[in-house]
Amino acid sequence: MSADPTQVLAFETDCHIFDGCGFPAPGLHSFLFEPIIGHQDDAIYFNKTMLLALLGSIIVIGFFWAAFRKPKVVPGKLQMVAEAGYDFIRRGIVYETIGKKEGEKYVPLIVSLFFFIWMMNLWSIVPVAQFPVTAIISYPAVLAAIVYILWVSLTFKRHGFVGAFKNFTGYNKELGPVLPLAMLIEFFSNLLVRPFTHAVRLFANMFAGHTLLLLFTIASWYLLNGIGIAYAGVSFIMVIVMTAFELFVQALQAYVFVLLTCTFIQGALAEHH
Amino acid sequence: MSQLLILAAEGEAENPLIPPIPELVIGLLAFVIVFGFLAKKLLPNINKVLEERREAIEGGIEKAEAAQTEAQSVLEQYKAQLAEARHEAARLRQEAQEQGAALIAEMRAEGQRQREEIVAAGHAQLEADRKAAASALRQDVGKLATDLAGKLVGESLEDHARQSRVIDRFLDDLEEKAEATR
Repeated sequence: MSADPTQVLAFETDCHIFDGCGFPAPGLHSFLFEPIIGHQDDAIYFNKTMLLALLGSIIVIGFFWAAFRKPKVVPGKLQMVAEAGYDFIRRGIVYETIGKKEGEKYVPLIVSLFFFIWMMNLWSIVPVAQFPVTAIISYPAVLAAIVYILWVSLTFKRHGFVGAFKNFTGYNKELGPVLPLAMLIEFFSNLLVRPFTHAVRLFANMFAGHTLLLLFTIASWYLLNGIGIAYAGVSFIMVIVMTAFELFVQALQAYVFVLLTCTFIQGALAEHH
Repeated sequence: MSQLLILAAEGEAENPLIPPIPELVIGLLAFVIVFGFLAKKLLPNINKVLEERREAIEGGIEKAEAAQTEAQSVLEQYKAQLAEARHEAARLRQEAQEQGAALIAEMRAEGQRQREEIVAAGHAQLEADRKAAASALRQDVGKLATDLAGKLVGESLEDHARQSRVIDRFLDDLEEKAEATR
């Protein structure tokens, strides 16, 4: 490992190709931050991702505060944009999956989830910040845990203990002899794997996206020597392409996360078959 | 090999899938703040306004619908009035025609009657004239005949009574002859 584990930015080193130093490839170390306050091993510390998470919250609240604090029947530009986003989540996701009657209650949660996750993802391409908070497992895990607790408690509340058990295990008499096996698999898949995949799907997408961006950014800098300049140009074009692609993935992953949340809630509310 | 083990050990220590507690707490806090603001204050705000807007739009639509209904009813009323007026006109025309025909018939009858009256009056006048002429003729003829007879006989028949008797007898004879020849 020739790369400095504490290296954060691509051009922190003066290492270029043909200089005899290895490519400082991005890796897990790129996702670790020295705490700003305290130490990594302390019980309480504060690092960059926490700062970005809190700042992101403030930005989301600030945006909606500016748009919806004193909303008007005839909306201004900002209110119109915020309303379009709100309406997209409400009509396009919640009403579509859960239904208008039962879904209305969950609109605030889903709207908050979507814009919170989107903002956390967007940090990836905000200059200086340049790190998707959701590429740290803690943040998707917390959100998935909230959804998981809501989903499980809703299922118990709606169906009672036996009904919830049947709901979790996909109980279906017609399966006959394979029923125990099917129930075991369903139980495992629903109660144990589901929250994990829910969190990891978001985390891994942002992690991979950030790694790709790092790879091309570092390569652009590393290749900037002699004949390598031509390759550096290609690499830099890739940075721009990947940034555009990340912009798309950030919104898509936020959408997927809340869509799955709605599907879980709908499954908990639906009559088991 | 040893390097791989070190790497594996490092990976274990820095497993990106094991969340540190402080980050979890901050993550939860950050989301709860967003959720709290949106769910308690901002989304109810916008929902109220969206509802107001919906009502305003629906009110506008209702107003337009009311106006349309009114226009429709006015149009129907107008059409009904027009039809009634047409009907009335047709009826009046019919009546006028009937009246005209009746008038013509009446006038024709009146003309007929007047004609008949005139004819009858003419007849009566004629009869009266004829009678008067006959009477005058009778006197004249009697006188002429008497004069003639007197001249022829040579004697004056002064005696009026006798004279008139003779004339009457003569005329009666004439009439009887006329009756017989008729």
